[in-house]
Amino acid sequence: MIVKGLIDPGKHFISGNFACAEAALIAGCRFYAGYPITPSSEILERLSSRLPMVGGHFVEMEDEIGSMAAILGAANAGLKSMTATSGPGFSLMQENIGLGMITETPCVVVNEMRSGPSTGIPTRVGQGDIMQAHWGTHGDVESISYCPNSVQEMFDLTITAFNSAEKYRQPVIMLPDQVIGHMSEKIVVKQPWEYEIVPRLTISSRKADDKLVDFSTDFSPMFLAGTGIRGNFESLTHDEMGYPSNSSAVEAKMMNHLLGKIRDHRDSIVEFEKYETDDAETLLVAYGVTSRVMERVVREGRNKGLKIGLFRPITIWPFPDREIRKLSKRVQRIIVTEINYGQYSHSVRENSDAPVEEMHFPPGAVPDPDTVLKSISKPAKQEKHRREKGK
Amino acid sequence: MPLSIPKEEFMEPGHTACHGCGATLSMRYVLKGMGPNTVVSVPAACWAVIPGAIPNRTLDVPMVYTPFAATGAAITGLREAFNILGKEDYNVVGFAGDGGTADIGLQSLSGAMERGHNVFYIMYDNEAYMNTGVQRSGSTPYGAETTTTPVGKDRNFKRQRKKVVADLMMAQGVPYVATATIAYPEDLIRKITNAKNVKGPKFIQILSPCPVGWYYPSEKSVEISRLAVQSGVFPLFECIHGQLKVTRQSKPIRLSEYLSAQGRFSHMEEEDVRNVQEYIDERMNFLLELEQKSGK
Repeated sequence: MIVKGLIDPGKHFISGNFACAEAALIAGCRFYAGYPITPSSEILERLSSRLPMVGGHFVEMEDEIGSMAAILGAANAGLKSMTATSGPGFSLMQENIGLGMITETPCVVVNEMRSGPSTGIPTRVGQGDIMQAHWGTHGDVESISYCPNSVQEMFDLTITAFNSAEKYRQPVIMLPDQVIGHMSEKIVVKQPWEYEIVPRLTISSRKADDKLVDFSTDFSPMFLAGTGIRGNFESLTHDEMGYPSNSSAVEAKMMNHLLGKIRDHRDSIVEFEKYETDDAETLLVAYGVTSRVMERVVREGRNKGLKIGLFRPITIWPFPDREIRKLSKRVQRIIVTEINYGQYSHSVRENSDAPVEEMHFPPGAVPDPDTVLKSISKPAKQEKHRREKGK
Repeated sequence: MPLSIPKEEFMEPGHTACHGCGATLSMRYVLKGMGPNTVVSVPAACWAVIPGAIPNRTLDVPMVYTPFAATGAAITGLREAFNILGKEDYNVVGFAGDGGTADIGLQSLSGAMERGHNVFYIMYDNEAYMNTGVQRSGSTPYGAETTTTPVGKDRNFKRQRKKVVADLMMAQGVPYVATATIAYPEDLIRKITNAKNVKGPKFIQILSPCPVGWYYPSEKSVEISRLAVQSGVFPLFECIHGQLKVTRQSKPIRLSEYLSAQGRFSHMEEEDVRNVQEYIDERMNFLLELEQKSGK
């Protein structure tokens, strides 16, 4: 279907935030609710004028709790919806993200990472929300989180995020950092029909004894509010009929479904990129803007004869565990480089056979490749045993 | 008439606000009225960054930051702790913008006011989210252009009326409610002094023009503030224990004088101006009626 008002196919020179907004429209987003926060505000501003042009609706909400709740509401009524925020706002959204998980409501949340905790440096880069994107809400969830490292990828992954949200029926997180959101780069937009757009599977009618959600299948069609079908979007632990329950057996069945639909399809969700890893002795792990710095480190290191390579997770979650495990068997050490004080390194260490070192960069600036290369060129240190007991 | 503005300064040079910022004058006058024994609590707002970059610190009183949504709660904690520590004479002041008051902070504000703590809540109202780049807030007036109500071809300006938090506070029965603005500093400081004599929660809404977001030359902030009052857009009043007094305008001006001085209203057509006038008249009648009733 051709939709009027979408961004023209061809080459564009635009910012990551604008690219994200335009991609959302291509993906079918027709409802945006948000609240201003640096560095994501340009997504909000762009969509305030762009959504009406494609027959969508834009609302500026009273806070981030409202923003997240509103996009769940719109999704439960049948629209593809999105919000964008940054650290403090993402914290406020967490309860509603958990609600979206248990009601299996598809939507996209863009969390543009800045320095933290609290207000931090709002206008500068950070990568401190890696763990929050998975473990921010209470209870157990399997997160799908995409981390782009270019404006083109911000564009493409936004469409992927909408598709994953529809397919797996849950809130999907976009985790760009501030640099990716604010920088402008060339992007290539394909013809609309060249993009795969996943439509929403919905229930058209329901008899009294029909299941509301089928826990035996991972892709159950969604019941929508306002279609004449009786049912609940239940935030309590519920069974397949949508009725609340206190039973731990029902809880187990429901959670098995919620977690299983991601775990079973982990291979089709996980995306990553390897660079010069075939004969690498030192493996760098980096994502977002850091991965672009590390690419240069690898290139220059190789010129100096260092055997280094780079592994870049594109899906921060689900964690590319098997890929890391496989690489870790043939490298001598892994160095996790991130603009925080050690987050992703926890998961890498958990899944690595090689010793894992951490290289932290203080939020507020993009790391300098020369400094990184200098410190990598030194002989590998023995990893400290981290769980020493003592008094 | 001798100058009634205290000479003492609690705000020193070195702030990082834009030229002609109305919010800096608001803070300066409020602190002059409060005196040295004051603690200010500020959420995410322009004022979260105005106090200065290294090595400057413009405020002579301590400032306690709080999340965007929590000014009312933060001053609750400060107040009750001060009482227990024997510092009942300290003024606890929440100083939040219109977004932090009318939108995200409303629940926290309403809670603090209802519980009746002996606190001041100052809303410096620049009628949009100025710190993040002029997005509309609940307190943005009808007709204004902002970055999320872009006018463009569809004339997509803000269609909703301003949510006046001071009116909400009166409805909630807050013991001291007032409006003030930087063009009338003596009135502003007098209101702070009056508020100090009232026990319980105090709420003052201060119109603080913003040259960046309202699109006018930065030297005109005080002038615009005065026009807002004279045109009836922002009526000044004081309501102590339900007794409302509305300040009458000796020199009223035409609404268009106020609107045409600012770029954010430059797209307005006659019908839009009529809508604004209608609202102004409605609200003034409401206030006068309330004043009459409260006098009985």
